[in-house]
Amino acid sequence: MKDALPLIWRRSKERYRLLGNRCQSCNQAYYPSRKICSKCRRASKLVPEEMPKKGKVISFTQVFSAPEGFENEAPYFLALIELDNGVIILSQIVDSPSERIVIGAPVKMVFRRVFEDGSQGAIAYGFKFKVE
Amino acid sequence: MRKVSIVGAGMTRFGEHWETSFRDLIVEAGVKALTDAQMPGQDVQAIFGGCMASSRFIAQEHIGSLIADQVGLKPIPSTRCEAACASGGVALHSGWLAIASGRYDVVVVGGVEKMTEIGTSRAALALGGAGDQEWELFNGASFPSIYALMACRHMHDYGTTEEQMASCAVKNHANAVNNEYAQYRKKITIEQVMNSGYVASPLKLFDCSPLTDGAAAVVLCASEKARKYSDAPVEIFSTSQASGTLSLASRSSFTSIDATRVAARDAFDHARLTPKDVDVAEVHDCFTIAEIMAIEDLGFFKKGEGGKVSEEGRTALNAEISVNTSGGLKACGHPVGATGVKQAVEITWQLRGEAGKRQVNGAEIGLTHNVGGSGGTAVVNLYKRGD
Repeated sequence: MKDALPLIWRRSKERYRLLGNRCQSCNQAYYPSRKICSKCRRASKLVPEEMPKKGKVISFTQVFSAPEGFENEAPYFLALIELDNGVIILSQIVDSPSERIVIGAPVKMVFRRVFEDGSQGAIAYGFKFKVE
Repeated sequence: MRKVSIVGAGMTRFGEHWETSFRDLIVEAGVKALTDAQMPGQDVQAIFGGCMASSRFIAQEHIGSLIADQVGLKPIPSTRCEAACASGGVALHSGWLAIASGRYDVVVVGGVEKMTEIGTSRAALALGGAGDQEWELFNGASFPSIYALMACRHMHDYGTTEEQMASCAVKNHANAVNNEYAQYRKKITIEQVMNSGYVASPLKLFDCSPLTDGAAAVVLCASEKARKYSDAPVEIFSTSQASGTLSLASRSSFTSIDATRVAARDAFDHARLTPKDVDVAEVHDCFTIAEIMAIEDLGFFKKGEGGKVSEEGRTALNAEISVNTSGGLKACGHPVGATGVKQAVEITWQLRGEAGKRQVNGAEIGLTHNVGGSGGTAVVNLYKRGD
């Protein structure tokens, strides 16, 4: 997304460290973090918690037709990843041989450049994953 | 609650309308629907219009006012409804409630989108807004790739094949041949789909619905007054709308759309019908895997069998259940805000016996299923010929 400096700044901790949260009332973990727990709503007690940096692929795709801002990276892999605590996130998979990107493959988080807003705009960093 | 019927239906041809503007499209559809109802404009009391992303496609907001103004119906209230690709379905649901509640007797529901004014990659970005901007698009997810993740898991869990997905596109193109309003009126083969190149594996170009310009409209009327306008009113005898999570990763299932299942169960419960009672269905096939999930989630077939039954031809015209006789989103086209209303137009024609060469024999019960994004919204409606 272009011109998204406040968004990039605001979400940086969550994206750099996989910082989510967990509801102390029902023990449900969230990534990305939520303001209220979907189950407990106003009775929720959410506290910040870093997510595990490892997990496994539960579905994947290789993107050939990229949206604006990602054209230079295509083709690239995108996956649903179940982290070791059960939370599921969507992430790119990089630096991995394509034949090893399969359902069930163990992956770990790496810190990467995610998006560049043209040649002049902000560079957003965050997580991607690679096959272990 | 009062009963609500469709007394008029109309749509523009779906396709690339470089010579026609957004406002001209919606006026054409509205005029056709009112003409079909043989209704004077002054009888219309309110307008609900579905439109997803006019700000991204044509840099125009305030669509409600634009429509009322351009069709010459100001000062009646005119409301834009937005729920991504389910905008039309939500407009229909809202218009239905406005009559069922007793507040209005006659409401026009329209849907419109003009998607070819901008380039493909910017259009893809606009459509991506149906998903989670901060956590899906930010990470490079396109809309096809979100559905590709569902397809990959469906193949893994149920053995669904790329050829089975392709068979949905082949069937929908065959139906569109007989629809003069369809964007692509030509048959395609499994081989052509398989060779059409990956957009996001396992989905190929011919698994995807296109970018389309178009508009559709229906005139809704309190059923007790419907005979004043139509000899063959079509009653919307059950309508249900449900919400799911915006982002795919937050779902409990990736091979099924919860919002569809909830809306379908609610719609069938209210109607005291079962999926077996449906003769003709327009389902949301923004991608071929979406049609496979839809016919499972709506209860037409068991979970996991959608690919197999599609390949066996059991959803073809006049087969076990006729699915997407219009050509669906795939071949009739998918002007996102218009799709949910177009589905109602097609079912109206089917139940009135006016669908020509794509007519479902003896169609009595129809269903429409409209999904926003990857399942953030779903609307399911049931239709029958009016009393």
